[in-house]
Amino acid sequence: MKNRLKVLRAEYSYTQEDLADIIGVSRQTINAIEKEKFDPSLPTAFRISKLFKLPIEVIFHFEETK
Amino acid sequence: MKKERKKNLYNLALWTWSWVATLAIASFGPKYIWDDHTVLTTLAISVNFVHGILMIVANRRMFNNFDELERKIHLESLALTLGLAVVVGLSYSLLDTTNLIAYDAAISNLVIFIGLTYLVLVTINTRRYA
Repeated sequence: MKNRLKVLRAEYSYTQEDLADIIGVSRQTINAIEKEKFDPSLPTAFRISKLFKLPIEVIFHFEETK
Repeated sequence: MKKERKKNLYNLALWTWSWVATLAIASFGPKYIWDDHTVLTTLAISVNFVHGILMIVANRRMFNNFDELERKIHLESLALTLGLAVVVGLSYSLLDTTNLIAYDAAISNLVIFIGLTYLVLVTINTRRYA
């Protein structure tokens, strides 16, 4: 799943650590989501969406894996 | 989350060390400390068992405090470790019962194998998502 998390985090001047603390996950999880190695759970995606005041589909783009 | 994690990690470390210490007492005490006194040996084994249960409870508490990625990493590692422990453990036992190895199979070897396998798999899986 593609996402704009790194861009949004930069816009808000958050470090990965800051974002991890706000969302309630580890810094490694934020890093893995940004690198698109790990898809977040629905509650985490909602928390991110609420924080950046954007709909989930604007932040995360689903792409079918081949 | 960080405070809770530190507290859980500290508790797990505490109960793990106390379990190891009571295991050592229960293993060597009968021979070197209380000269095979049945009541003391039973008491030492019981105390070790209770500490083991408390260690498991502490481990469960820490696991439940993991976030989604950490749970995935540990679950994958646990699944592989469990599978390998069953397969390797039974092969090891067969090697013993068919006398293909000169010594008796010891449970401690399997415990060491499980511990090392889990450690290696958690390291590999953590790096996969780094």
